[in-house]
Amino acid sequence: MRVAGKGLNPNGAPVSFTFDGTSYTGREGDTLSAALLANGVRLMGRSFKYHRPRGVLTAGSEEPNALVTVGQGARQDPNIRATTQTLYDGLAARSQNAWPSLKYDAMAVNDLASPFLTAGFYYKTFMWPKAFWEKLYEPIIRHAAGLGALSGDAVEETYEKAFAFCDVLVIGAGPAGIMAALTAAQSGADVILVDEDTQMGGRLLAETAEIDGQSGPDWVAAQLGALAKMDNVRLMTRTTVTGAYDQGTFGALEQVSEQNAPLNTPRECFWRITAKRSILCAGALERPIAFPNNDRPGIMLASAVRAYLNRWGVAAGSAVTVFANNDDAHRTALDLIGAGVTVAAVIDSREDAQSLGDYPLFSGAQVIATKGRLGLKSITVQDARGTHEIETDCLAISGGWNPSVHLTCHMNGRPTWSDDILSFVPTDNSIPDMTVAGAARGNFSTLGCLEDGISVAKATVTSLDLKSPQIATPAAEDDPYSIQALWQVDGTGRKWLDFQNDVHVKDVKLAAQENFRSVEHMKRYTTQGMATDQGKNSNVVALAVLADATGRGIPETGTTTFRPPYVPVSIAAMGAGSQGHGFAPERHLTSHNASVDRNAPMVEVGLWYRASYFPKPSETTWLEACNREVNVVRNHVGVCDVSTLGKIDIQGADAAEFLDFVYCNTFSSLKENRVRYGLMLREDGHVMDDGTTARLGLNHYVMTTTTAAAGQIMKHLDWVRQALRPDLDVRFASVTEQWAQFAVAGPKSRELLNSILDEQIDNESWPFMACGDVGVAGVQGRLFRISFSGEHAYEIAVPARYGASLFGLLTTQAEAMEGGLYGLEALNVLRIEKGFITHAEIHGRVTAFDIGFDRMVSQKKDCIGNTMSRRGGLLDAEREQMIGLKPVENEHKLTAGAHLFVEGADAVSENDQGYVTSVCHSPTLGHDIGMGFLKDGPNRYGERVMLVDHVRNNHVLCEVCHPVFFDPEGGLARG
Amino acid sequence: MRLPCPICGERDRREFYYQGHATLLDRPAADADAGAWDDYVHNRDNPAGETRDLWHHEAGCGAWIVVTRNTVTHEVLGAVLAEKAKS
Amino acid sequence: MVNLIAKTPCAGLLPKTIGTVTVTEVNAGQMTLLAPHRGQKKAVSDALKSAVGVGFPAPNRCLGTAPRAMWCGQEQALLIGAACPELAGAACVDHSDAWAIVQIDGADAVAVLARLTPLDLRATEFKRGHTARTLIGHMTGGITRLGAHSFEVMVMRSMAGTLVHDLTQAAENMAARALQGR
Repeated sequence: MRVAGKGLNPNGAPVSFTFDGTSYTGREGDTLSAALLANGVRLMGRSFKYHRPRGVLTAGSEEPNALVTVGQGARQDPNIRATTQTLYDGLAARSQNAWPSLKYDAMAVNDLASPFLTAGFYYKTFMWPKAFWEKLYEPIIRHAAGLGALSGDAVEETYEKAFAFCDVLVIGAGPAGIMAALTAAQSGADVILVDEDTQMGGRLLAETAEIDGQSGPDWVAAQLGALAKMDNVRLMTRTTVTGAYDQGTFGALEQVSEQNAPLNTPRECFWRITAKRSILCAGALERPIAFPNNDRPGIMLASAVRAYLNRWGVAAGSAVTVFANNDDAHRTALDLIGAGVTVAAVIDSREDAQSLGDYPLFSGAQVIATKGRLGLKSITVQDARGTHEIETDCLAISGGWNPSVHLTCHMNGRPTWSDDILSFVPTDNSIPDMTVAGAARGNFSTLGCLEDGISVAKATVTSLDLKSPQIATPAAEDDPYSIQALWQVDGTGRKWLDFQNDVHVKDVKLAAQENFRSVEHMKRYTTQGMATDQGKNSNVVALAVLADATGRGIPETGTTTFRPPYVPVSIAAMGAGSQGHGFAPERHLTSHNASVDRNAPMVEVGLWYRASYFPKPSETTWLEACNREVNVVRNHVGVCDVSTLGKIDIQGADAAEFLDFVYCNTFSSLKENRVRYGLMLREDGHVMDDGTTARLGLNHYVMTTTTAAAGQIMKHLDWVRQALRPDLDVRFASVTEQWAQFAVAGPKSRELLNSILDEQIDNESWPFMACGDVGVAGVQGRLFRISFSGEHAYEIAVPARYGASLFGLLTTQAEAMEGGLYGLEALNVLRIEKGFITHAEIHGRVTAFDIGFDRMVSQKKDCIGNTMSRRGGLLDAEREQMIGLKPVENEHKLTAGAHLFVEGADAVSENDQGYVTSVCHSPTLGHDIGMGFLKDGPNRYGERVMLVDHVRNNHVLCEVCHPVFFDPEGGLARG
Repeated sequence: MRLPCPICGERDRREFYYQGHATLLDRPAADADAGAWDDYVHNRDNPAGETRDLWHHEAGCGAWIVVTRNTVTHEVLGAVLAEKAKS
Repeated sequence: MVNLIAKTPCAGLLPKTIGTVTVTEVNAGQMTLLAPHRGQKKAVSDALKSAVGVGFPAPNRCLGTAPRAMWCGQEQALLIGAACPELAGAACVDHSDAWAIVQIDGADAVAVLARLTPLDLRATEFKRGHTARTLIGHMTGGITRLGAHSFEVMVMRSMAGTLVHDLTQAAENMAARALQGR
């Protein structure tokens, strides 16, 4: 019910919304829960396990009960706390975990069966038979329990991530946080003040307390105005600090817009804030008392009742009762009476409680029963005089306040029990460079918070070598916090602790009885505190119950720890920006557009996109195109963009010695203007990478790496130079991106090149493995006579700005001589026909010995991997070594990944003889060919083995052969 | 997590590649015995407390650095360039 | 005789104005990566200074405007906008085509970059003439401050499209926020 003239926005515009299809009108500035209460709606959800009718308990992000679903399809947001959902015109919210309706929920039968569904029930009941768990029990349980559901559609909305830095991060903008921010800012520090609410001010927005003679909200507005004017202050509302991490890093979730915002507007932003110092002013959260049936809609925390009244002008009931063990009871009653709301009774468990106003007071009394299935109707109060039934539609409860210690626990900190406030307070230095101020460390009076904010901030700026400013403490109430322990009330009926996970007092007692006495065991046995609210309201009471049940004190019982995130964070926010084109950088070749224009399918190779093949209109399969391209290279000339290979420029007086150290073979003996194939090992003796390296000058080389390993090799070279061989004078730089490089391969390759080179080449000037500078259509480039196809071939490189142009020119010239482009598929066939290895073969478990290159490992020098490569086990003839494979029947197909077995042997791992790494159809030979590794392979040429592919169900009898299928003498490349 | 690069100053952990313990700095001689090489390539302690790790400032200056940190408290105690840390 | 035609990394992608920021491609001219050999840094710096007017920059600094010398890694710098003089003491590597370079100007330039890089971009920490090697989205690259609301961002040439995509997305987010008053 709305109270005329009350609230921070009494004249706010009307806002229409629906809940479970019924239309309501709220007010601008409302949360969904405030608007529902204003419309007299108390029933907002069904509980997780027993489907108990539940109403809103709190007015903040700690809300365990009032979880709703907003939106449909891809924009469906489940488990939205009604207490933090800002109302907007057209908002459509739905209740969760209820069918067919919130009022008549069929699964509420669970509640009748509750004596059987106590803690540990599932563990004990659904053990046998084992197979039933997955097929029967779990689906049923999952269907019965739960919260809101995802739509299953991909998120369409925009989410973002961002980084921020400051000297002082102030978390929470209540009285302590505001004074801390003002103090730190006046010292000149860069300050970020964050608060999870839509408006800063904390409890000052929800209470009637005055500061310096102003109302709380007015005072807050004035301070925020001052802060907003300062360049060194950044104010972030609707931003919840979700975690405290190493070296002053914090995660924070900003709610940027509502569900009705355009799709291109970020919904949430996940911030990483780095702060030199932080001040935690997160306040405190009120806790309930465990009395029988304390979960009915209409029973809520006293602080929430005051917040709905003072901030939103909503009376949570028409005849309100209050039950507390501290002064909050009276504060609540006075606020309600002041607003004209009937207070039916105040029940204070303290014997000496005095009435502060005109309301019926039951001192030394407790609530022992409640009535009203879908909403509170009456309570039963017991005091020294007996029992009294009181009609009420709202019971405000307060079991005291728990400081919000959560962030201080994120790095293994354990809070300390305080007998003064009967709760846990943060332990000093739990988070490096963080201090805690205000209610978050048990200072509950307004003045105490203001003072604490100032003094903590002063100490903080002093530690940053900044001058501590003079700041006067505003005048405010300094009432002592008076509380008497009351955790649970005896009586018939379940006394709820964790509302979100449906844990009650008996569950905790059962855990203790069954010897789950450790607080961590009790937590897991009962699921207390394991819901999305992490037991913010309930943990301390549950600990008190456990302490009582085990005959220990609360400090000895200890507490479970809070972990990040403080509030639920959507996965979409953490993965923001990483969908679609943002998933990974896309590296495009200079030939990219021309390849796409020719309808070449582009495939990912690492981050690069390479043309798979270049289809002709008449071709219907990739294999047709691939076969044609192979034939073009073998018979005419082919052009392929090979710029993706890593290229590293290496210079220095010790460049040759450096290369001799990183390669297992020798490069100091390489002549200038010549290229040599090189093999790199890891220090454990296995192959790391291979490639060619050209010597451009006495102290100048250019190394190539495989496409996949380019980054790894650069890191490795940095490592060797800096850490292992700082004695060597050598410098290197990646030039992968500087050069566009194209393979020109086939019998007519020289003819093609001579049509574009400024000076003609011949076999004498450019023999096999020669390299050097050339002029290419007026541009200085580099030419390497190397071959990855076995053909007479070259690689020609020009600065990348000319790449697209040269690619076009090479294509035109090639096509004029019956040649053409070839893609990755044909490149692969050409190299398999020649038995050239790629990372399919050097996959990390093979040695130089395994690929038949053991003689390349120089015995004359030390190099990376040399010593370990000589271990006996790495040179054993029984190792799987590289071989070629061809099907005995020409039409049979080979498959990569298949394993090899002796003909007739069972195809089981015990009989495994080796495996297949690469296969292709060879148009040159007219049948499939493959490469693989076979035990003692080089001594088994001519032998037959069975290729077995269990995945694709392929069995092919193969002949083992030398891995070089085509031109074994290598005459073509030299020709 | 933040790491102090001796060249670039304190930077976000995302810029760094983690390698492993600083043992890798002490490469045995080529003719050292099998045990020395085994220790160098394979064997590592798993200390609770202070340790020295190798990190590469891969998305930064490219320096290999040795970071001293505490595995229990997560405190980072300092960093030096690998080329100067060689024992 | 045909001639090869030059194409810039961001051809067809830029310029763009989104909200308060404008992104344009930078044609930096000739770029040479300089890596002084052991013990030669001072000599290289002196030779550079007398030849083109700027010395070898300290780590994370960019010297001069045209030409300029931009630090780009341990013991490495890029000489930008001048032909590389004869420098016996340094490895000199042509990098004129290795980078996609864009300039981002406007009131939200810092906010846009803060969505992509974990670098502390506060004006007190990252001043005009400061440069850093860092992450831009998932890419490694460089950021240099040119002015209060003006930065230069460089990544590998092949990633030009991704750089423009990432900057565009971040700028569009800022523009959409502005419409919502956030």
